[in-house]
Amino acid sequence: MIPELGHFAIILALLVAVVQGVLPLLGAHRNDSAWIGLARPAAQAQWLLLLIAFGCLTYAFIANDFSVQYVAEHSNSQLPTVYRIAAVWGGHEGSLLLWVLLLASWTLAVSLLSRALPEVMVARVIGVLGLVSCGMLLFILLTSSPFERLLDIPQDGRDLNPLLQDPGLVIHPPMLYMGYVGFSVAFAFAIAALLSGSLDATWARWSRPWTLAAWIFLTLGIGLGSWWAYYELGWGGWWFWDPVENASFMPWLFGTALIHSLAVTEKRGAFKNWTVLLAIGAFSLSLLGTFLVRSGVLTSVHAFATDPRRGIFILTFLVLVIGSSLLLFAWRAPKVGLGGRFALMSRETLLLMNNVLLVVACGSVLLGTLYPLIIDALGLGKISVGPPYFQAVFVPLMIPLLFLIAVGPTARWKQASVGDMTVRLRIAFAIALAAGIGLPFILGSWTPLVGLGVLLAIWICVSAIVQIRERFQKSGNPPPAFWGMQLAHLGIAVFVIGVTLVKGYETEKDVRMAPDDTVEVGGYTIRLLGVKDAMGPNYRASVGDLELSKDGKLLRTLHPEKRAYFSSAMPMTEAAIDTGFTRDVYVSLGEPVGVEDGSGAWSVRVHHKPFVDWIWGGCLLMALGGLVAASDRRYRLQSRFSAGIPSALKGATS
Amino acid sequence: MKRFLIPLGLFFVLVGFLAWGLKPGYDPREIPSPLVGKPAPLFELPQLMQPEKKFSPADMKGKVWLLNVWASWCVSCRAEHPLLVSFAQQGNLPIVGLSYKEVRGGDNFKVPEIETAQSKAAELALGLQRAETWLRQHGNPYTLSVMDIDGRVGIDYGVYGVPETFLIDKNGVIRFKQSGPVTREVFDEKILPKVKELEKS
Amino acid sequence: MKRIFLILSLVLLSASAYAKEAAPVAADEAVEKRMVAISDEMRCLVCQNESLSGSRAELAQDLRREIRTLIKQGKSDQEIMDFMVSRYGDFVRYRPPMNASTYLLWFGPFLLLVGAIVALVVYLRRRGGRVEETEASLLSAEERRQAENLMKQSGDKQ
Repeated sequence: MIPELGHFAIILALLVAVVQGVLPLLGAHRNDSAWIGLARPAAQAQWLLLLIAFGCLTYAFIANDFSVQYVAEHSNSQLPTVYRIAAVWGGHEGSLLLWVLLLASWTLAVSLLSRALPEVMVARVIGVLGLVSCGMLLFILLTSSPFERLLDIPQDGRDLNPLLQDPGLVIHPPMLYMGYVGFSVAFAFAIAALLSGSLDATWARWSRPWTLAAWIFLTLGIGLGSWWAYYELGWGGWWFWDPVENASFMPWLFGTALIHSLAVTEKRGAFKNWTVLLAIGAFSLSLLGTFLVRSGVLTSVHAFATDPRRGIFILTFLVLVIGSSLLLFAWRAPKVGLGGRFALMSRETLLLMNNVLLVVACGSVLLGTLYPLIIDALGLGKISVGPPYFQAVFVPLMIPLLFLIAVGPTARWKQASVGDMTVRLRIAFAIALAAGIGLPFILGSWTPLVGLGVLLAIWICVSAIVQIRERFQKSGNPPPAFWGMQLAHLGIAVFVIGVTLVKGYETEKDVRMAPDDTVEVGGYTIRLLGVKDAMGPNYRASVGDLELSKDGKLLRTLHPEKRAYFSSAMPMTEAAIDTGFTRDVYVSLGEPVGVEDGSGAWSVRVHHKPFVDWIWGGCLLMALGGLVAASDRRYRLQSRFSAGIPSALKGATS
Repeated sequence: MKRFLIPLGLFFVLVGFLAWGLKPGYDPREIPSPLVGKPAPLFELPQLMQPEKKFSPADMKGKVWLLNVWASWCVSCRAEHPLLVSFAQQGNLPIVGLSYKEVRGGDNFKVPEIETAQSKAAELALGLQRAETWLRQHGNPYTLSVMDIDGRVGIDYGVYGVPETFLIDKNGVIRFKQSGPVTREVFDEKILPKVKELEKS
Repeated sequence: MKRIFLILSLVLLSASAYAKEAAPVAADEAVEKRMVAISDEMRCLVCQNESLSGSRAELAQDLRREIRTLIKQGKSDQEIMDFMVSRYGDFVRYRPPMNASTYLLWFGPFLLLVGAIVALVVYLRRRGGRVEETEASLLSAEERRQAENLMKQSGDKQ
């Protein structure tokens, strides 16, 4: 009964989404205030219905209702409750339901937080979001209902993939989807602005906090995913350039470009077309990611069970949504004004340069991800494009970008002088250069990569100090947007330090350890006390007992595990990590190798990873920077300013 | 202005490739063998029923034949096996079986860290026994079968999943490779026409 | 307190005196290092989204053993890569070879970058000209009047 209720709620939600997608847009077009007024209640009703549907599915999981096919395939009566809830989005159908629920939640947020916006604008934004929702709900109902019943009710469920039975995976997908789906709001604002024909600074100011919010979630989601891969996959890597990772990284790159471009559009009224295109692009890439993960055209680690019908449906949906948006863009863009004047050397240009680099970086990730498919389609054979390619191409593209992060904010709007900036930054550069040359020697040995990474990171940091000092001298306490930017840039620097130092100085050892054996890594001594068996709720584990010490002083014990889940043949490795500010000591159990000789020895892999946590610390700082920037009160000011902007700024036509 | 249509154009190119990827039967995981069109790698392995005798692909010179990689632990081999048996009964062409890692590929058999002649002999004996039992149960479509006990020959043939089937011509050149179980359609539409063509030449 | 410390350090000392340094799993660490470096560049054919060095699949273990053997036979990295490619095709290489069909892959990003920068500069130059035109024309119309009004107002206040 409950699953049917959920299914029915989705059907109702679709009907409401149709109303939400059609009437407010028509109302805005015909200036019919009754239809315009439907937008908010429809969005709220849709959210409530989807919440009910989601609640029904969650209930089916908690109650172990294995008559529901999706539950039977992704849960098990022995599965702990928290993972039963996480299992709701552990497969294709449920994660899609989460997708639309989050879309409805963003729409709800727009409907509640947009009191200051003109009603017509709100109607258009909510209308566009309603149309997107229609497509996704149809997709669920036609190809991927999570409420499908089984005639043959199994005794027990098949269990959730053991890899997903982890706290990190409980929150990673919702975060990531919040980011993906969140770009739909920036997209809807862009489409609404194109429809109304008024692409102005006000539109940019409205879009900024929403874009930032989505970007914050996406940053956290990607960071969490990477952290999860690091501690869960058991061999210490943190990014693999898998198509699924790329699918989340591409919208991030576009979204980052969008945030910067919006700043120019808001402050200077320039690059409006470009900004709109980025807003469309960021959401399009989110949709493309959905397609890549769910259609089976690329091989990936965590692709969902594939079904060509699903692929065809999403591709059609993609063509409709992205195609019509780009068509609308091509139609409206030529009439959009140019905005304020600026010199070739100015902050505007540097921000545009940032955009170029980010978009080109995104383009190369897309090229690398799809190239095997392209080559295959052209009948030129089968190739693989893996991490070595992405590292070879992506890193050179990031170097100028990192360099510009330190330069851009010191440039003045409209006209900047290279000479003036050189004078202001020369000491910063000297310090960075000295650090790049000297610091690696202190840390161990100098390699070009580490030297360059340190140089760029210190360059960003010292330049930030210069900027903050200048700002205080000029105009007193800077606004949150300024601090947000500095924090996010600092996050990048921290991230770069993490990446380069761990790459440059990590050490690992594969050893065969019998009880009482020790192994030394990065100045730490690890001693195996023994390995004993333990039982989990739905798995059997071998738990290692190891002591970590330094200079004869015992620091702590580590307990890496090797788990055999009852439901899966693949053994799972749970690494034990001693996390520190400047290093991780990472221990994972391999195989028992001392069975034959009775020594009780195990193969053990130990890593010493200097500064590895700075990678995720950097992500956290970036997200925090986004949060601070989004809190800027300027974004919540009334739209009345828009009326006061001189027509010369927004009225200019090409 | 035409330049504003560029994004739309690029998008449709992208859609074209994605749509191609959705065509029925497309599997990005399938790897075409670079060995097609090249001479079948040579080997010399003990035969299943008469382990003291060796077999080499050179023995098949002048014949069009199939090399079928199989193992008793392989589940999909069981699916294709009846087809092979009925095909062999029609006597179209000789099928040579390559028993792939019969022992170590299956259950939790641990390869000893240092392999000795003794451990190898023991593994081969166990493999012979298992393979023979399995063929007795499921029927034997092979003119003869050879034991690739450590999978070394499998590597030379680029085997990455059992079953795999190679079609080899009179000059010992590989003409076709099927990864995964051979189905009726593959037989009728791909293998048999090629066999006819090759036998004529 | 001191005594506890003494006992503790004695226990620790004796423990470390008994403990022996664990032996590496690999028989030859230099070979192992090269094997990992080579197999990092290769794709596991069974799981397909892991590198050969990271995969726990059985075929991956076989192939790693094969690579070790080849290293011990004195083969160069290139020869080992060729060995793998001749059996499994270019699919096995995570770093696609440079040839006619991959020029776009390897040079595309940098061509894109150069093209984008050129387009950017051309656009900015043209844009500068057009902004000047439009601003001039707009100023001549209504803006001039507004500006005059503003000046008049500020003049009145003084």
